[in-house]
Amino acid sequence: MTNNGSMISVKGLIKRIGAQEILRGVDLEVARAETLAIIGRSGGGKSVLLKHLIGLMQPDAGEIRIEGESIIGMKERRLATIRQKVGILFQGSALFDSMTVAENIAFPLREAGERDPNVLRTKVNEMLEIMDMPGQEEKMPVNLSGGMKKRVGLARSIIRQPSCILYDEPTSGLDPVVSDSINRLIRRLQRRFGITSIVVTHDMKNAFHVADRIAYLHEGRIRFQGTSEELRQSNDQLLQDFLLGRSEEQLTPQAFGAES
Amino acid sequence: MLVRFFSALGRPLVRFVQYLGEVVVLAADTFNSLFTHRLRWKLFLNQVVEIGLLSQLVVVITGGFTGAVFSAQTYFQFHKIGMGSATGAVVSVALMRELGPVLTALMVTGRVGAAMSAEIGTMKVTEQIDALRALAVYPTDYLVVPRALAMMVSMPLLVAECIAVGIGVGYLVAISLLEINGTYYMANMVRWTRSRDIIMGLSKAFCFGILIVFISCHKGLTAREGAVGVGRATTEAVVNASLAVLVSNFFLTMTLNIIYPAGYQ
Repeated sequence: MTNNGSMISVKGLIKRIGAQEILRGVDLEVARAETLAIIGRSGGGKSVLLKHLIGLMQPDAGEIRIEGESIIGMKERRLATIRQKVGILFQGSALFDSMTVAENIAFPLREAGERDPNVLRTKVNEMLEIMDMPGQEEKMPVNLSGGMKKRVGLARSIIRQPSCILYDEPTSGLDPVVSDSINRLIRRLQRRFGITSIVVTHDMKNAFHVADRIAYLHEGRIRFQGTSEELRQSNDQLLQDFLLGRSEEQLTPQAFGAES
Repeated sequence: MLVRFFSALGRPLVRFVQYLGEVVVLAADTFNSLFTHRLRWKLFLNQVVEIGLLSQLVVVITGGFTGAVFSAQTYFQFHKIGMGSATGAVVSVALMRELGPVLTALMVTGRVGAAMSAEIGTMKVTEQIDALRALAVYPTDYLVVPRALAMMVSMPLLVAECIAVGIGVGYLVAISLLEINGTYYMANMVRWTRSRDIIMGLSKAFCFGILIVFISCHKGLTAREGAVGVGRATTEAVVNASLAVLVSNFFLTMTLNIIYPAGYQ
């Protein structure tokens, strides 16, 4: 097997939702302990791709291997073993709104059979410490700000120490200061635990800040892969437009003509 | 033209069969999980409180007023032919075989079925169910199994309560407002009511509980498109479960009557 060294390997991934072809043959390799940012336009299938990597969606064709093990067609119960290795931070954090912060964070441990309240409390406190939000155990998710929700969601994903974390738009909807702190957190986790990270984002600052490598998803395919330096120097017009945030309407004079 | 006619006729039919299939698959998955996986006792007991304990007031009021009005109506008719004292027997048998199970099931659908599909539906649209899956928890085990088991335990008890309260209130109405002799009322009631009437009522309760819980959970699990979707799922859950209760009641009556025949034999 050629992909023994890589954490995640994706080949020829195709996914249709309704009549729309969202992914049209995605190929991607993610090495152990690296941070890969996947960038691309909103609605371009980034989140769909991410959900495939943890088996929340099944592709129409293609192959996904996590540490060499194919997860295509795997039964939901068997996927549980994969999901202990790979955590995900959802875009909306997806905290359980009937539970407190502490219960949310302790949930994966409790489900894994840990019952000792002292162990749970220690672990939760440790997580809150890492997330820079000590003393918030008893709050309900509804009373947390967007940034805090992300931190709690992240704490919940890493409490069982997965070897890989998928971040779905970790900084969307957050102010620049909070975004920056989340970026630092992603970096810190990666350094401290050697976690492989995949960050899906359309926030270029976020991508440049955290990523070792950046992949650009365009029209259902990976159009570019490389370091942030390579990305800056790329002479792909489409990519440069995306980086500078230029829309097509600005570029084509016809668009002006058509509107006036 | 003909093709279009059949496709217009066929599509809803296919959709309906598919829907039934999905509910059955959910039920099969739940029973499989019930027997092969660890039960989450805390969630189960929470649901017993939610479904059983907290539905009591609604069920008691339903049973009480049904017993009262049924007692009065029966008396008004039977009194004319000099059979007023048979009122107790009619009220008791009717409550056990039909009114108790069906009315309790309809009330529980409105109270519990709606809450179930709204809660699970909200979890679905806010990605909380995906979060469960991502945290290596199988949603059926966590969400459906405790609810289904709690429903199977609670429904027969609620129906028994409804029937008991109905009979009690019917008796009070009969002797205090309708001037029936209490002794005759009781004697006739005990004489004409058989244990198989009770068994039939409780069997129906169990079946209705299963219908309500799987229809409601299925609607919640398949909710989509935000708040509107959750609202729609909840409405459909209540309507479908109520209809399922009413329709299945007829077939249950016909089938169970073979095993537990009505009447004094």
